[in-house]
Amino acid sequence: MRMHRRTLMALAVFTGLTAPSMALAADDTIKIGLLATFEGPFTVLGEDGERGAMTAVAEMNGTVAGKKIEIVKGSSDASPDSAVRAARKLVEQDGVKVLVGPLSGDEGIAVKDYAKTQPNVTFINGTSAAQDTTLRDPAENFFRFSTDGAQWMAGLGTYAFKDKGYKKVATVAEDYSFPYTQVFGFMAEFCKAGGHVPSKSWVPIGNKDFSSVIAAIPEDVDAIYVALGGADAVNFLTQYQQGGGTAPLIGGSITVDQTVLTSKGKLKDVLKGTPSAGPTADTNDAPAWKAFVEAYKKQPGAFPSPSLFAHGYYVDMKATLLGLDQVGGDVSDGGKKLRDALSKLSFDTPTGKVSLDKNRNAIADIFLTEVTEGSDGNLLNKLVKVVPQVNQTLGIPEDEFMKLGAVNRDNPSCP
Amino acid sequence: MSLAIATDGTTQRNWLEKLGAGHVILGVALVLYPLVASDFFLTQIGGYSLIFGMLGLSLMLLAGYGGMVSLAQITVAGISAYAIAILGNNNSNILGFGWPWWLAVPFAVLAAAVASALIGWISVRTEGIYTIMITLAIATATYYFAQQNYAIFNGHSGYAGIRAPAFWGIGWRDAKPFYYLCLGLAVLSYAAVLYGSRSTFGMTLQAIRDNPRRMRALGYHVTAHKVFAWLLSGVIAGLAGVLLVWFNGRVSPGTIGVDAAIDVLIIAVIGGLRHPIGPFLGALVVVLMQTFAIDIVGAERFNTLIGMVFLIIVFVSPDGILGLWGRIKPHLAQESLRPGP
Repeated sequence: MRMHRRTLMALAVFTGLTAPSMALAADDTIKIGLLATFEGPFTVLGEDGERGAMTAVAEMNGTVAGKKIEIVKGSSDASPDSAVRAARKLVEQDGVKVLVGPLSGDEGIAVKDYAKTQPNVTFINGTSAAQDTTLRDPAENFFRFSTDGAQWMAGLGTYAFKDKGYKKVATVAEDYSFPYTQVFGFMAEFCKAGGHVPSKSWVPIGNKDFSSVIAAIPEDVDAIYVALGGADAVNFLTQYQQGGGTAPLIGGSITVDQTVLTSKGKLKDVLKGTPSAGPTADTNDAPAWKAFVEAYKKQPGAFPSPSLFAHGYYVDMKATLLGLDQVGGDVSDGGKKLRDALSKLSFDTPTGKVSLDKNRNAIADIFLTEVTEGSDGNLLNKLVKVVPQVNQTLGIPEDEFMKLGAVNRDNPSCP
Repeated sequence: MSLAIATDGTTQRNWLEKLGAGHVILGVALVLYPLVASDFFLTQIGGYSLIFGMLGLSLMLLAGYGGMVSLAQITVAGISAYAIAILGNNNSNILGFGWPWWLAVPFAVLAAAVASALIGWISVRTEGIYTIMITLAIATATYYFAQQNYAIFNGHSGYAGIRAPAFWGIGWRDAKPFYYLCLGLAVLSYAAVLYGSRSTFGMTLQAIRDNPRRMRALGYHVTAHKVFAWLLSGVIAGLAGVLLVWFNGRVSPGTIGVDAAIDVLIIAVIGGLRHPIGPFLGALVVVLMQTFAIDIVGAERFNTLIGMVFLIIVFVSPDGILGLWGRIKPHLAQESLRPGP
């Protein structure tokens, strides 16, 4: 009798485990996977990315080509392993044929590698902005309608050298592919203009204590270039200020983003006047941008102005939906038609025209900005200049650009 | 856990009785599982649970029999995972000696076992909470070292493009072969621990756990026994590390982070530390929760749900799922006394 019960117990357990996946979408819905960082140091960023993606979905009234859009979410913690695991779950268990994400640099490279093993699934980037996601060894089915971290820096190096008069700049950035790409983009122009970067500090993601980093910054630099994201940026800036640091700052794209500018505390005084560059500018007064901000603000928990994560996920989700609309929501051919449509897609975003190059990486406008205080006391990125249609090689011919080598902690260098 | 060998008075038992009915049923169910499971459930749930079950088992061996709670098990697994990436092939253009798997795997497991013994040798000087602290320190230090070292660990991005071997005409990372590979190694480790716990060494280890001073007075070398237990647990964790790197196809500091270290402890605690089956049950619950919680409550609060479930399990039964079974069993037995239909 006891054994009998155990048999039942075992059977119950194992039938529970093998319940067939409920991935069979009805014909009148289309499933789209949404992969973002809903845990770990970039949680705030991931949540804003989701708001951006949902803004695009809301714009289409939740339907595309007559089919209802069903968003299935996956969460990562900014580590490549967790991103691949979440992507696997979305593709292999939930059965999505179209996936939007991920958010962070190394995640993008890992998901691109995973995309190669799933040729029938179409991957559209979220906001991951490492250069090598699309530049070297790209995947046929990975598309990036948001630009990369080096493109985001267009115009900043020249501006810092010529207009701000900074000759010597130290950099502080997180130690992975996206900040390498940002530093590369900044230094490409700054060094060319004649500037020097005597010291580069790389800190791990999620670092809490920056005292040794702050101590290592040379005293005679004119400014510090900071490319840190989310909680890391807030921690560094707070500690730098408390440590009596006075050097002016130059911001990486996500350092002076709304996710950081809205944080509480005395950061305001430090951040005011910080030049930066990125795919968005808060005071952009183009009607399309203003309309986007209004639509974005309808999302729960929205910031006063959308962060570049909301923007990136919006652009990528929008492109996905436009592509799906063109093929009538039909991905039954393994997504081939959809991918053809996406490669040729060119459309107007809130920040100008976006089209893809041959590596399926976006060519788009970049905004040079400076932090100012808005009329309501919130910090904003004031638009200084628009750099039109920046491509992945930053206007340098491709073969010459490739000779600069892959971005890493030591490349480029101009001490 | 009553899946343990049923003991009765007779000395001449046939092999079936010796094995225990629970084991046979569990074994058959696990072997037949691929017939009904999708590829996702085979590898992402089945394989992954078995791998983390092995990691939990390596901790259970130390904590359950030796009274040493370690947070460095994932570090040990990480050492063998990195060793596979470095000795074998990867596509990160760093190191990658291209050794065949039959050479790389024993080396990786050996490296993990030696590292584990070293960690043990350092931490056996401490007891209780201090062992947890020192192993946590080792795990954290290794994590940050891997994160910032480029010559050996390739920094934050780690190694990618690591493939499981293909031999005998089988690609061992395909869903079914990989599941059976995990199952085989998990069963092997499980049986070894179960056997080891009743061997002279196992008994001595448990006696040392209960009263080290008396054992020392009896002439036993307490430190040597403990370090040897660390070595054995390192072998199991090392094997799990090899499976983990084949499973992910990549290894990076995120794999061996503090979160993962704590996951292993959670697995062992909610599974139960009194029997080697506990960690596998714990791993199954944890993996299922981590995979599907986001579907139940959405992206904002799913970690809260995971935490709540773990809290409830530990609150209801301090001995974990095993203890829960121990409480339910008497009721079932009672029922079975009633006359059948």
